Amino acid sequence: MATANDKYYVPHGSPWPIIGSVGLLLTMVGVSGWLNGGNIAPYIFALGLLTVVGMLFGWFGTVIDESEGGAYSAQVDKSFRMGMSWFIFSEVMFFAAFFGALFYTRNMALPWLEGGSNNFFTGLLLWPGFEAMWPTNGPSGVGGTFEAMGPLGLPAINTAILLTSSITITVAHHALRDDHRGLVKIFLGLTFLLGFFFVYLQAVEYIHAYHELNLTMESGIYGSTFFMLTGFHGMHVSIGALMLFIVWIRIMRGHFTAKQHFAFEASAWYWHFVDVVWLGLYIFVYWM
Amino acid sequence: MDIKRKIAAIALLLLPSASALADWDLNMREGVTAISREIYGLHMLIFWVCCFIAFFVFGWMIIALVLHRKSRGVEAAQFSHSTKAEIIWTLIPVVILVGMAVPAAKTMVKIEDDRNPDITIKATGYQWKWQYEYLDEGVSFYSNLARTSNDARRLNSGIAPESVPNYLLEVDNHVIVPVNKKVRVLITSNDVLHAWWMPDFAIKKDAIPGYINQVWFTAEEPGIYRGQCAELCGQDHGFMPIVVEVLEQDAFDARMAVLQAEFGIDTPKLAAAD
Amino acid sequence: MTTATHNDAAHDDHHDHGPELTGIKRWLFTTNHKDIGTMYLIFSLVMLFVGGAMALVIRTELGQPGMQFVQPDFYNQMVTMHALIMIFGAVMPAFVGLANWMIPLMVGAPDMALPRMNNWSFWILPAAFGILLSTLFVPGGAPAGGWTMYPPLVLQTGDAFPMLIFAVHLMGISSIMGAINIIVTIMNMRAPGMTLLKMPLFVWTWLITAYLLIAVMPVLAGAVTMLLTDQFFGTSFFRAAGGGDPVMFQHIFWFFGHPEVYIMILPAFGIVSEIIPTFARKPLFGYDSMVYATASIAFLSFIVWAHHMFTAGMPLTGQLFFMFTTMLIAVPTGVKVFNWSATMWKGAMTFETPMLFAIAFLFLFTIGGFSGLMLAIVPADFQYHDSYFVVAHFHYVLVPGAIFAIIAGVYYWLPKWTGHMYNETLGKTHFWLTTIFVNLTFFPMHFLGLAGMPRRIPDYSTQFADFNMVATVGAFGFGLSQLLFVLIIVQCARGGKKATAEVWDNPTGLEWTVPSPAPHHTFDEAPIVK
Ligand code: HEA
Ligand code: HEA
Ligand code: CUA
Ligand SMILES: [Cu+2]
Repeated sequence: MATANDKYYVPHGSPWPIIGSVGLLLTMVGVSGWLNGGNIAPYIFALGLLTVVGMLFGWFGTVIDESEGGAYSAQVDKSFRMGMSWFIFSEVMFFAAFFGALFYTRNMALPWLEGGSNNFFTGLLLWPGFEAMWPTNGPSGVGGTFEAMGPLGLPAINTAILLTSSITITVAHHALRDDHRGLVKIFLGLTFLLGFFFVYLQAVEYIHAYHELNLTMESGIYGSTFFMLTGFHGMHVSIGALMLFIVWIRIMRGHFTAKQHFAFEASAWYWHFVDVVWLGLYIFVYWM
Repeated sequence: MDIKRKIAAIALLLLPSASALADWDLNMREGVTAISREIYGLHMLIFWVCCFIAFFVFGWMIIALVLHRKSRGVEAAQFSHSTKAEIIWTLIPVVILVGMAVPAAKTMVKIEDDRNPDITIKATGYQWKWQYEYLDEGVSFYSNLARTSNDARRLNSGIAPESVPNYLLEVDNHVIVPVNKKVRVLITSNDVLHAWWMPDFAIKKDAIPGYINQVWFTAEEPGIYRGQCAELCGQDHGFMPIVVEVLEQDAFDARMAVLQAEFGIDTPKLAAAD
Repeated sequence: MTTATHNDAAHDDHHDHGPELTGIKRWLFTTNHKDIGTMYLIFSLVMLFVGGAMALVIRTELGQPGMQFVQPDFYNQMVTMHALIMIFGAVMPAFVGLANWMIPLMVGAPDMALPRMNNWSFWILPAAFGILLSTLFVPGGAPAGGWTMYPPLVLQTGDAFPMLIFAVHLMGISSIMGAINIIVTIMNMRAPGMTLLKMPLFVWTWLITAYLLIAVMPVLAGAVTMLLTDQFFGTSFFRAAGGGDPVMFQHIFWFFGHPEVYIMILPAFGIVSEIIPTFARKPLFGYDSMVYATASIAFLSFIVWAHHMFTAGMPLTGQLFFMFTTMLIAVPTGVKVFNWSATMWKGAMTFETPMLFAIAFLFLFTIGGFSGLMLAIVPADFQYHDSYFVVAHFHYVLVPGAIFAIIAGVYYWLPKWTGHMYNETLGKTHFWLTTIFVNLTFFPMHFLGLAGMPRRIPDYSTQFADFNMVATVGAFGFGLSQLLFVLIIVQCARGGKKATAEVWDNPTGLEWTVPSPAPHHTFDEAPIVK
């Protein structure tokens, strides 16, 4: 442990974190004001986002230069790996909250509303005639009748896409390890293209839901869980695909070695994470 | 030494339990239902157990603090573990805890047994008042904070709370229930969360919009009992008290007749329901 | 348990290090764990005063029956803000600050593992609390639904609503990044020879705390996000009409909330476990069982959350399950209490200020633990719940618990930070005032709760008057005493008796092998731990 301690790279001051904080502040103030109907707020929000994006470029730019400049010992690399894994764990817990909501409402809340367990009078006096089934938009049919999103069609295709993409990323990874840069370019490129295509199909699916199925965020608990889970997942796919895209550009620029390619691995891990989340979604949101 | 204060204060807490239980300014009320007395018993049991443990744990620490101080020229021993001791003080607490958990669980089972009640009242929380419906008697009325309290509680009202009888614990319309009858209360809400708390019956249940919780009690002494909303429900959370009047059966019937005349409505009769 | 051979921590300028930043830039751009630790600690002290000032507004209104000073809604705003500021602004940043300062010193690392992110974790906090505090001035006022943010009530918040949500998100981001940094530092930056079971307990407790943070902060983020979409995008998570359930929020919130309370006590356990052996001049009793106890507490904290919801109407089996698991926590916590006592036993104790606060922690936290155990007994909780008995419980574990441990830690390490000894007489005075007033403030609340006084009310019926007056007097006393604390710290920073590298009578741990004040850069060369 800690053999290379004296070589552990400790950067000396950086403007990016504080810029990032200001960016986040503006973003949050902006979006709050926006939701409260303030009319300049959207601009503050936009300014905040720009600042954050600028920060990301600046920050990662510095890190990339340091990395390519060989400032990072194996130990620093390990810090990055650990950091990334724990970050992904936190993301997992974020999704856990929404999966939890799905399980809770389906297995507890709905039966209770029907009058189950110790809620006999809930069903009898408040929601007479309500039957707990899934999908549902609740005892007062919030959002009007809708059709649920079946597991076949687009969702099935999307599943195929993500599964393929996790194969391509693995191929790319092995290629990078064996220094077949040509292969890396192709398969990494394929991966993020598949990613963006997934997001595109998701958008198509949403439009279909809103226009043909009358399935919206307002469609009671089904709509809520469906759009929050798939929505946040879609967001993460976009981020992941963006990360892969940037890594791809770096590959094009000849970054990384067969030994040292943390950014590549980090994005790959992240990609597998969104993959696994999707499988959970496909099973629990679309199928069951 | 701060521990002296602690002992003094704990002693303070013991007084009422020993002597006048009625004096509920220091300790929990015993209440007027079998369950409330059982819960009071549990409360005192855990309390004494904690005092008992505290006696030994604190005693041990205090002896150490007194004897093993450098100023007394002692040499520090250097031992740093004893598996035997550690096993002992892991097991003893487990035993004690089981000793507490068993009676607690028994009481819980009793509390949950709400079968065949004699009368059912639906209590609905509103910001900031309670609505009571006697489902079989067909009576429904609201219960607001009494005028006297409501005037006195305004910011700088100039009215001394002491001058108001039952300040903040009086309402315009009391809930009435017959003595020694199993009363079931269905608790729900019309807006935000509230909670129906009647200390003398040892009942507290949240009022949740869209769901109905149920509790029951069998009050054994006629009288007027006072409680409050016990879940933050907005600015007047502190001002929506609960007053239950326990009456002899005939007195109850008489009052019920009056209520029916005044607040009569036709609600779905529950009798059929269960 | 750790001793360092060879260390050249003193030599400051190292090839890795570029020119030092100066002036304001030093603080805005810093990547130095000591600077960041200092900023965390100062921030948390400021927040203690802000949150405390709000507590004093609460206590002033509660001083006597009748409404004298504030409107009920403003009272609720004060209660809500007081709690959010104390928990997320005072206690948690204080612990992170101590972690920043001490963990690299304790494990023999040159700095935190991810120094830039470290700076970011801190600088997000002023943004978060800037937003939160500014809600006091927006239409509808600050959030007034309690720190637990239960729907539907919280959805009645005015313009402050989205600000509250996003402030919480920022606090979450900050804590998660802070926690990641701490875990990575501990797992990857330990000096050669410092095996896991050689780590000081403060490091151990923080390692486990950081894990808890990463596990539950995202869940809180999820919960408040659902509030946001229920409010603005028509979702039905917490609406029965749409098939949701307001109580579901409570489940998700407390899945975060209970581990959160242990997040606020485990590092305190660590600090006390550092201090007692030093002043008892005797190794910590049962080091291993301390570690296992901490781990078991952390594990159990994930399966007890519904003990906050006993009155919400869970089915019987649920109630019993959560009662049993909750009671179990008394066992590992007890192991700790007994180990601390055994550490003092047959020691040669001296009673400098840090030790005094640590001892008070032992007694008063245990009392808070006992009331916690009483709350765990479901039937009894039907009487205790949402009464001042609960308020008494959690202030005993939080104020003479968490806050005392933080104060103890500050006195313990202050000489290492400033290079000067603090004024011992003033320190002892501060201790006695604080300890007396804290009990004067919170002990009567047990009685109030048992007598039937609900929490979160701005006015109460007259039989509660006396104890409330006592509590209010105590609160002001406690508050004023903390001004003395500030005075002592400022004095000590300004100057005073020079502190040796060891500071205390041969304490264990690498932090005592570097000079006092600890140079800006330490352990550029890793020490070897035997
Ligand atoms: C630092 C924070 C902290 C800590 C450490 C604890 C510790 C404990 N808490 Fe507490 N708690 C809070 C902070 C904390 N709590 C807060 C903030 C709330 C209110 C939230 C809100 O509603 O706003 C709360 C509320 C709360 C409730 C809900 C009350 C209600 O709303 O109705 C319950 C119920 O079970 C509870 C239980 C416990 C238990 C069993 C412990 C145990 O961990 C205690 C264990 C310790 C001991 C038992 C003492 C030492 C042990 C021995 C000496 C061994 C021998 C002892 C025995 C065998 C008994 N707490
Ligand atoms: C770590 C957390 C923490 C800390 C440190 C404190 C500290 C204090 N709390 Fe806190 N409190 C909570 C966490 C905390 N509290 C929580 C979670 C709640 C529940 C909220 C809810 O229900 O949603 C709560 C609720 C709560 C209530 C119940 C309100 C209600 O239910 O209606 C009360 C009432 O007395 C109270 C009082 C105090 C007091 C007097 C202090 C004192 O210890 C504060 C002492 C500090 C100071 C006083 C500041 C220092 C000095 C100055 C400001 C300078 C000026 C001083 C003078 C001029 C005297 N708190
Ligand atoms: Cu109704 Cu509180
Ligand atoms: Cu808890």
